[in-house]
Amino acid sequence: MNELKRILFAEDSEEDTELTVTALKESRVANEIIVVRDGVEAMDYLLRRGVFASHAPGNPAVALLDLKMPRMDGMEVLRRMRSDDKLRAIPVVILTSSREERDLVESYRLGVNAYVVKPVKFQQFVDAVKTLGLFWGVLNETPPQGATSFVKKGTVKSD
Amino acid sequence: MKTLSGGSVRKQLILASVLSSGTALVLVGAAMVGYDALELRRALIRRLSVQADIVGANGVSAILFSDQESAEKTLAAFRADPRVIAASIYADGQRFATYLRDPGMESDLLDEGLNLASGGHRLDRDLLLLSKDLVFEGKTIGRVVVASELTEMKTAMLRGGVLVSVVLAGSLGIAIVISSRLQRRITEPVRRLADVARRVSQDRDYSVRASGAGNEEIDSLILSFNEMLEEIRKQQHELRAAHDKLELRVAERTAQLKAANDELEAFSYSVSHDLRAPLRHIAGFAEMLEGQSASLGEEGRRCLKKISLAATRMGQLIDDLLSFSRIGRSDMQTTPVNLSQLVEEVVREARAEEKVPAEWRLGTLPVVKGDRALLRLVFTNLISNAIKYSSKDAHPRIEVKLAGKEDGEVVVCVSDNGVGFDMAYASKLFGVFQRLHRADEFEGTGIGLANVRRIVHRHGGRTWAEGVPGQGASFYLSLPVEQRLP
Repeated sequence: MNELKRILFAEDSEEDTELTVTALKESRVANEIIVVRDGVEAMDYLLRRGVFASHAPGNPAVALLDLKMPRMDGMEVLRRMRSDDKLRAIPVVILTSSREERDLVESYRLGVNAYVVKPVKFQQFVDAVKTLGLFWGVLNETPPQGATSFVKKGTVKSD
Repeated sequence: MKTLSGGSVRKQLILASVLSSGTALVLVGAAMVGYDALELRRALIRRLSVQADIVGANGVSAILFSDQESAEKTLAAFRADPRVIAASIYADGQRFATYLRDPGMESDLLDEGLNLASGGHRLDRDLLLLSKDLVFEGKTIGRVVVASELTEMKTAMLRGGVLVSVVLAGSLGIAIVISSRLQRRITEPVRRLADVARRVSQDRDYSVRASGAGNEEIDSLILSFNEMLEEIRKQQHELRAAHDKLELRVAERTAQLKAANDELEAFSYSVSHDLRAPLRHIAGFAEMLEGQSASLGEEGRRCLKKISLAATRMGQLIDDLLSFSRIGRSDMQTTPVNLSQLVEEVVREARAEEKVPAEWRLGTLPVVKGDRALLRLVFTNLISNAIKYSSKDAHPRIEVKLAGKEDGEVVVCVSDNGVGFDMAYASKLFGVFQRLHRADEFEGTGIGLANVRRIVHRHGGRTWAEGVPGQGASFYLSLPVEQRLP
């Protein structure tokens, strides 16, 4: 098993951040969680720009993205990640309140790895976050950086 | 007449003019030739009569003196006229002297002249016989009989006939030429009119006009035709204007509807995303608070429980409302759907909800035209309702059957022997969030039957229900069947 990598979590709502972080902690997911407040910050983190210029190199184990965020939304972050050779392999999970079909369809079209509608009931939410954290943060293996590029629908092809 | 009833107007017109001018010419020719024949005959008779008189006058003395030689000399005067073939002078009924143009010819034919009255004549096919009494001092003493050929008359008549035929043929030729020129003046405008009519019917071009012909009747026909075209063009113009106006209005309405729909979609998106988030927060923090319930006390815990339940229920209501709105908006994938198969599938899955095993009666159902996923939702709702509302009976009985089939639609009935309902509230059953039972009796938000009705309506069908409190309920839905064109 890999040494535990960080989890990138982009969410503009303080409440949601608190609930999600609490849920992750309750699920005993030990990965470090990087919380950013919108898409621009998420991209800054991923590309090590601005306030994140000095952070340690290396892609996160997974990016948990909210859809509706100020400045740049989750869909745009996903689109940019999938068109960037260095970021393409990072698993992306959309974590949202929206059940809208067009969001679902568009996310999968852009190559999302999972799309999770946050349940209203807290316990169900905790379960969902726990599953996500365990799978993407601990169990899932990603290719060594730069070696291969990750293509949508789970197929892997050589550059 | 057969020849006049068929063929083109052109041919008929030529035929008519040729027939009428030909008939007139034939009649005129016949009259002329006939009159000529009569005149010639009369002239011939007069001439022969005069010659007979002259010969007779000279013959009287020959008879009186019984001078046969003199009589024959007198008769020989006929030699001057080659048409006279024979002549005789009779005395006392006996032939006295005879002249024959060609010696050796039969002279008996002259004897028949004796039977004629004096001055009388007989016309044969090619012979004119004339007899004249010889009178001396008031007493008939003999008779002259003259026979003349008709060759001259016949030749004249033949000539007349030939002339008439030639004139007839010439006139008919001229008549054909003239009438074919004339008919062109009549048929040409008719043909042009027909061309215009053909162009109108083929190209739907009502702006073309037929030109005048300089002929009173056809001009009036062309005028009426042009007026009719103008009327049609005007009507078409009005129709098109009305149509365009309608199209414009439809486009406007469609744009309005689309705007309304877009707004609704934005609204439901907003409901989906923005209303659910705070709700999740309420539920989440309430549950987190429950983790520290020791410090809250009994009443605090009870209130917290209520907050959690209310938030959960509101989440459910929002989800239901969104699914209801989605059912109304989603595109329908219409295919033939085997209802028997569909219902069996739904029942197999729904039996997990059964608290008391029910008695299931599944009739054979037809194939209908519809969206399989939406129809599945219909039967899932109806069957899970049937299970839910019959669950308190000791022996639940649920039946799905074909209740009717007519006019391209089928009626399917889902019934149970559960708690039923009062028919007074039947109209409320299919409303959004309308419930006839309290939540503590039966769970649910009351969206199921609203979804059922919405889906069935989108398929062009109807829904209705019958029930008796305590005895059960029957839910009916009609659906269009797969129509096969013959």
